[in-house]
Amino acid sequence: MRLPRWWRRTRTEPVEEPLSLLSDPLVEGAEGDADVVPRRRWRLQRRMAWRDLLEESLAGVAARPARLALTTLGTVLGIAALVTTVGIGQTASGQISQRFDAVAATRVVVEPGSRPGPDGEVAASQLPWDADERVMRLAGVEAAGTYARFHQDLVSGSPATDPTGEGRHDVPTASASPGLFAAVRAELATGRYFDSGHDERGDQVVILGKYAAERLGVNRVDSQPSIFIGDRPFTVIGILDSAAGRAELQDAVIMPHGTARGLYGVRAPDAVDIRTAIGAAQQVGEQAPIAVDPNNPELYQVDVPPRPGSLRESVTADVNALFLVLGGVALLIGGLGIANITLLSVLERVSEIGLRRAVGATRPHVALQFLVESIVIGFLGGLVGTAVGVLVTVGTSAVRDWTPLLDMRLAVAAPLLGAVIGLVAGTYPAWRASAIEPIAALRAS
Amino acid sequence: MTPVVRMAGVGRSFPGPPEVHAVREVDLVVEPGEYLSIAGPSGSGKSTLLHLLGLLDRPTRGSYWLDGEDVSQLSERRRAVLRGERIGFVFQAFHLLPHRSVLENVALPMVYHRIPQRERVERSQAALERVGLGHRMEFDPATLSGGERQRVAIARALVSEPSLLLADEPTGNLDSANAASILDLFDDLHAGGLTLAVITHDQGVSGRAQRRVHIVDGIMAEGVAA
Repeated sequence: MRLPRWWRRTRTEPVEEPLSLLSDPLVEGAEGDADVVPRRRWRLQRRMAWRDLLEESLAGVAARPARLALTTLGTVLGIAALVTTVGIGQTASGQISQRFDAVAATRVVVEPGSRPGPDGEVAASQLPWDADERVMRLAGVEAAGTYARFHQDLVSGSPATDPTGEGRHDVPTASASPGLFAAVRAELATGRYFDSGHDERGDQVVILGKYAAERLGVNRVDSQPSIFIGDRPFTVIGILDSAAGRAELQDAVIMPHGTARGLYGVRAPDAVDIRTAIGAAQQVGEQAPIAVDPNNPELYQVDVPPRPGSLRESVTADVNALFLVLGGVALLIGGLGIANITLLSVLERVSEIGLRRAVGATRPHVALQFLVESIVIGFLGGLVGTAVGVLVTVGTSAVRDWTPLLDMRLAVAAPLLGAVIGLVAGTYPAWRASAIEPIAALRAS
Repeated sequence: MTPVVRMAGVGRSFPGPPEVHAVREVDLVVEPGEYLSIAGPSGSGKSTLLHLLGLLDRPTRGSYWLDGEDVSQLSERRRAVLRGERIGFVFQAFHLLPHRSVLENVALPMVYHRIPQRERVERSQAALERVGLGHRMEFDPATLSGGERQRVAIARALVSEPSLLLADEPTGNLDSANAASILDLFDDLHAGGLTLAVITHDQGVSGRAQRRVHIVDGIMAEGVAA
């Protein structure tokens, strides 16, 4: 480093090596010279180095921590409200779609409606026996079957009549059309389903639900085991493993409709179970009562899965609208707060601005410094707000036993939104700062 | 040798109404190594002259050459460059940045120039050693005495190796002991060849200079005011 002669002390003696730093031999050589050592001229940076700009701005921001906290408050609240709104919205709709498995989404059940009768509610109509065949004609129906519950005598696994009643069970009895098993996505553990032949002949065959089979002590069908409903023997031809669409089948003894009508006088099915193509459930639900009974479709009640969109929207829409408005208002106030405080800080730091101009800063340098300060403030507010929003979302989910869901992009975008707010809010104060004349600034104090 | 400062017929007026002629007709030549004091009562125009000399303001009349370069009509940007590299300012109120270390304060002018980090530290350290504050580099300016603060400000002015050190009432905020030590430092720098211009209304301060001028009602004259 070359230094001019006046760096050397003349009066104060002796000096503890102030020249020790200046070990450049040129300085020694310049000792006798009358001329000042040729100086290296500086070049003004067109833009400040980012590092310098950030350092100066951060120092400005960090100078007043308490004020910084207050300044960011509006942005924190605004961003937190936005993140929470979106987070809770996403979590809630995620919750809905979890319940929304394929079984539920493709299942439609048509049952007779009820009307007030002399002894409470009575069925308003009777399903025809061929209701399943009628709905099969609808587009979007993949399988359909009818189902009827009736209650009969106790069921036992052996013909011997035990006087104590031991071995007799109160097992529900039901009848089904052969198509029902496909309609409810039933699966067999062993054996086979009955078919239309069994149905037409009224054969005394049954399918056992998984739990019914356990209670009756039947676990295989290859030996053609029999069970007894009252005193009537029935041959077990199959045992269910699962029945996703109608879990009550697992508890029941199921026989063909033809058998039930012939032996027990069952008058009509209780329900038509329909399995639809994915996405067709709503449409099938509207058309099925007409297909079943074109003259009185209003007498039937239809159980369809909720429309995927409608439920999600209804949960989130009202929450969202309110909170987005609140978040927007808070952000506006936050932006105004940053603008206000930054402006105040500009006015307080007039002499600093004057000094910076005096030592070589241009107007753009000064403007940029204050702009970056307010961007940093906005970004910090956004960061804290995002954290608060995520915590509220997770906390709410924990209380409600939900799985919190949050788009990662939101966590990145929200602090950036804060920075943008800071940028917008800082524009006017930065312009004001750059307009300050160094003369006025240095004279003021 | 090229004079550091050459002013010819320089005037500065502020538009009114009424129009104020803060500086009327100044002809001033400052040779390298001169120690000049500019005295005058308040309102005499000496602050305006300081701003003109320091490129903080542009004359409305006349010409100003700094180091032989005509600077009277330069752009704002170019004047900022010249301020940074040719002029060292020392103010009555020190104008140190709070919450920044002494070293950072001294390095401030280099923030706006392409100076490598290492050289910034070296220069700042050297400048602080030069004013006798080598042991205060990491201090907060708020913990320093007035005299020490002014020394920091002088170090900040020296760090760019200026052609001209411009001091505006440098001892105005100091007690007599501290003021004397600052003036000793100025003598010291002058003896080393630095060009100084000190603006003051204090006879004790202006008396230390090698050459004295005074300004009254915007008109400058050599010597002491009658």
